[in-house]
Amino acid sequence: MKRLAELRESLVIALWFMFLTFPILVIQVNTIEKTIIWRWQNLLYVGIGSFALSFVWRYFIGKAAAGGRASGERAEEKTSILQRITADSRFSRSAILLTALIALAFPFLSSTYQVNIMTTALMYVVLGLGLNIVVGQAGLLHLGYVAFYAVGAYTYALLYQHFGIGFWTALPLGALMAMVFGLLLGFPVLRLRGDYLAIVTLGFGEITRIVLENWSEFSSGPSGISEIPRPGFFNLAMDLEESTIYLYFLMVGFVLFTIFVTNRLQNSRIGRAWLALREDEVACEAMGVNKTVAKMTAFALGSTWAGMMGVVFAAKTTFVNPASFTFLESAMILSIVVLGGMGSTLGVILASFLLILLPEYLRAFSDYRMLLFGTIMVVMMIFRPQGIITNIRRTYEYHFERKQNGAPDASV
Amino acid sequence: METILETKNLTMNFGGIKALDRVDLDVRQGEICALIGPNGAGKTTFFNCITGIYPPSEGDVFISPPAGKRKRINGLPVHRVTARGLARTFQNIRLFPDMTVLENVMVGRHCRTKAGVLGAIFRDRITRKEEKAVVTRSYAILERIGLADLANALARNLPYGDQRRLEIARALATEPFLLLLDEPAAGMNPRETEALEELILRIKTEEQISILMIEHDMRMVMSISDRIFVLDYGKKIAEGTAAEIWENPVVIKAYLGEEFDA
Repeated sequence: MKRLAELRESLVIALWFMFLTFPILVIQVNTIEKTIIWRWQNLLYVGIGSFALSFVWRYFIGKAAAGGRASGERAEEKTSILQRITADSRFSRSAILLTALIALAFPFLSSTYQVNIMTTALMYVVLGLGLNIVVGQAGLLHLGYVAFYAVGAYTYALLYQHFGIGFWTALPLGALMAMVFGLLLGFPVLRLRGDYLAIVTLGFGEITRIVLENWSEFSSGPSGISEIPRPGFFNLAMDLEESTIYLYFLMVGFVLFTIFVTNRLQNSRIGRAWLALREDEVACEAMGVNKTVAKMTAFALGSTWAGMMGVVFAAKTTFVNPASFTFLESAMILSIVVLGGMGSTLGVILASFLLILLPEYLRAFSDYRMLLFGTIMVVMMIFRPQGIITNIRRTYEYHFERKQNGAPDASV
Repeated sequence: METILETKNLTMNFGGIKALDRVDLDVRQGEICALIGPNGAGKTTFFNCITGIYPPSEGDVFISPPAGKRKRINGLPVHRVTARGLARTFQNIRLFPDMTVLENVMVGRHCRTKAGVLGAIFRDRITRKEEKAVVTRSYAILERIGLADLANALARNLPYGDQRRLEIARALATEPFLLLLDEPAAGMNPRETEALEELILRIKTEEQISILMIEHDMRMVMSISDRIFVLDYGKKIAEGTAAEIWENPVVIKAYLGEEFDA
């Protein structure tokens, strides 16, 4: 009986797909010769394909639901293999060592093109970790992150154009500028919650781009600013390859720095306040946490990182124009955070490699990139709503045995 | 005994509805006071007004901390009220469910500590010391409340009664001089209620913290309160000791409805 119902359901799904894809996949109009080609065989493929896929889909949905039911309340104690591996210090130590070796050797073993792509991926790691402070830790949905990225990039570009200021001076200035913009935006906006905050930040992101596009006297409009110098190293003259490798190592440094800082922030008084704020705003306030200050701090810190990466971006491409700062970019960074698992550092790193490197290496599919993207997102949300790696926060643990010696000890 | 909390003419309007109507109330140092009344009488609104969640429409709230001057606190933001020494619990438990028991209490220490972003990043000596003090102190509170052996459990895995106690522990971490408990015994069985009673009395005597609580469990209210205030339709209709309230015809009428004499 159940089989029959499933069969009928799949049949209906198949018919629907055939109906929906009919205009695109079956009818082909040749406008020059004014003929219509009917590709009936496509209809058959779609029908059979969706019929078969619906079974696969049902099987996995059923498995996911059964898994959820079986583990029941112990769900959070169940840890994935990946988590157990990362928790094992012997393993993680050798993994870190291996990663470090690969990271060090990489630029000397591969082409400039590869190094360039990798640098981009590392930039997204930093951007993802920066946004993770806002979205993952403080729980503020931010859809205009790219605006601060743009602020950083244009700070360097304009400072160089007008005053000839170099990369290393522009880096802190760009970060500072983005932070100031973050505070300016945050002040009126952070009293909004959830969806409303998302909409306003989305608007801000677009406004920034449109201003840059139209205010030609200030930003030279859509044509952008070019010939921005790459980062220098004590006035050392570097050819393109050398400077690419240099930038790569700079980015490795940035990633390490960001991981260090975000980790420290997470396990601190302010990190606790963010977490509490995410869990229950009213209770958090009633416990004496200044909501506005906590949110502003998260927002400003997140923006700072975007600003810093903006400067690096400008230096890397040696050219900025508003087209680099579209909403798609914000969505990309947010996807990295969500896909990786909100609040999880390792998850964000993996996700940014996945999302940045995959399209680069799958050039053949570049037309379907957004389609793939959407599919991955939907599948992810259904089967792993927590992200690739569920963030297991390091919690404060109280060690009882040491207390007897009169020295209470707490570790993070 | 000194008055530590005083409201004068406290009024709260929601549109046309007077949720609180000129309520005068005072709590003295070292007292356990109870605020009772039928459902919808405005008890929780009263709490929300003094803790700053709602700014009162009219009237004043004054606090006089044992080691401080009398101050008017209406309109102060919630976190500042907490910093001044009023801490509260909630009618429907509002813990941080995905944080551990210890971390929940540590959040309560937030307003008594100072470490900022730079401290968090550089983790200097002062910050480390402060952090250590936060942990030790929070753990000590848990020990006193009797939740120490659950310190590393997630708050949401705690049994109901313990969640209520954890809320009290978290409130104590803010070092209040007056603890506001919103129906602390709601949903507890008689044994848990008894333990809670004992806990509240201990907080009063050992920590010298006064208590104002909203409670429906009359047996508990009558046995531990020094004074009781009765609200009905936003008005204070009676105040006095347990015995006085028990006899008061106005209170009986509010609770049981008017008697009809045929």
